[in-house]
Amino acid sequence: MSVRVVLLSHSADVARGVADLAGQMASTATVVPVGGTADGRLGTDADALEAAVEAGLAAGEEVAVLVDLGSAVLTARTVLAELPAGAGVALVDAPFVEGAVAAVVTASTGAGLAEVVAQAELARDLRKG
Amino acid sequence: MSPALTAAGARDWLQRFATAVDEHAADLTDLDRPIGDSDHGVNLQRGMRAVLAALDAADPATPGAVLLKAGSTLVSTVGGASGPLFGTLLRRTGKALGDAESVDAAALGSGLRVGLDAVTALGGAQVGDATLVDALAPAVESLEAGGSVTEAAEAAARGAASTDELVARKGRASYLGERGIGHRDPGAASTALLFAALADGDGAGAS
Repeated sequence: MSVRVVLLSHSADVARGVADLAGQMASTATVVPVGGTADGRLGTDADALEAAVEAGLAAGEEVAVLVDLGSAVLTARTVLAELPAGAGVALVDAPFVEGAVAAVVTASTGAGLAEVVAQAELARDLRKG
Repeated sequence: MSPALTAAGARDWLQRFATAVDEHAADLTDLDRPIGDSDHGVNLQRGMRAVLAALDAADPATPGAVLLKAGSTLVSTVGGASGPLFGTLLRRTGKALGDAESVDAAALGSGLRVGLDAVTALGGAQVGDATLVDALAPAVESLEAGGSVTEAAEAAARGAASTDELVARKGRASYLGERGIGHRDPGAASTALLFAALADGDGAGAS
């Protein structure tokens, strides 16, 4: 079962930019940017996230959700809490950019959700100094 | 709240809350300025306007359905942390009230307990972390102990005031550490407004 990677950011530009960056390294994975509010402000849109997740499930995919800051985490938890148990959707506890790249690259190898999540969460330990 | 809260009473409550948020939007935003991104008042104002429009369109038949609709609308329109937090509070409270046509203060307290537990599960905050939970928890406990909505509103106001002396442990305000002392949490302040709006309906025939 393939894994769709959903990127939830406060900013449409950030979500799209990170999707471009990660997609450039692994063009076969499905990456869906969800950024900003419905009326074009900075913020997170629960309805848009839900739609992106539901579209993945409807396509027979598992879904890994990466989030940027603060309320994005709360929005994602709120949406995921409404899904039936065992729906095949995971909130990834990883830095947004590094985690997105790791998730997309892993997903493009055909790995399942557990491995995509595990690889993305390893990005937490990438030291830069 | 001797007469029980009906669907109309619940809508009046949220209408009064929306009015209070309008009146205090600048204050709430000022509270959010030193430690947040100055959007709490504006976000909640936008969210409550959407709530009133959604309630007009849907015309829910029970107080539980009113709160459920209001919560769902906040989650999808606010954009900031107050959307999921206030939205979850109202949604889960509304669900817990079920399809009762009217609820008394004790039943509302039981419903709000479910909402409070969902908020703490969502955000991880406990009493003392300088969040909306500091106002919400004492108000819910007051209702559960048989208190009136006026007593619950007083408990929420005291809880909000208690955040003045707390170090924030959740959200962006936590970056400030002890520099946040002397500062009221905006989410606790707006929660106090929510309960004040509930109490304002008492005796006015609206609830």
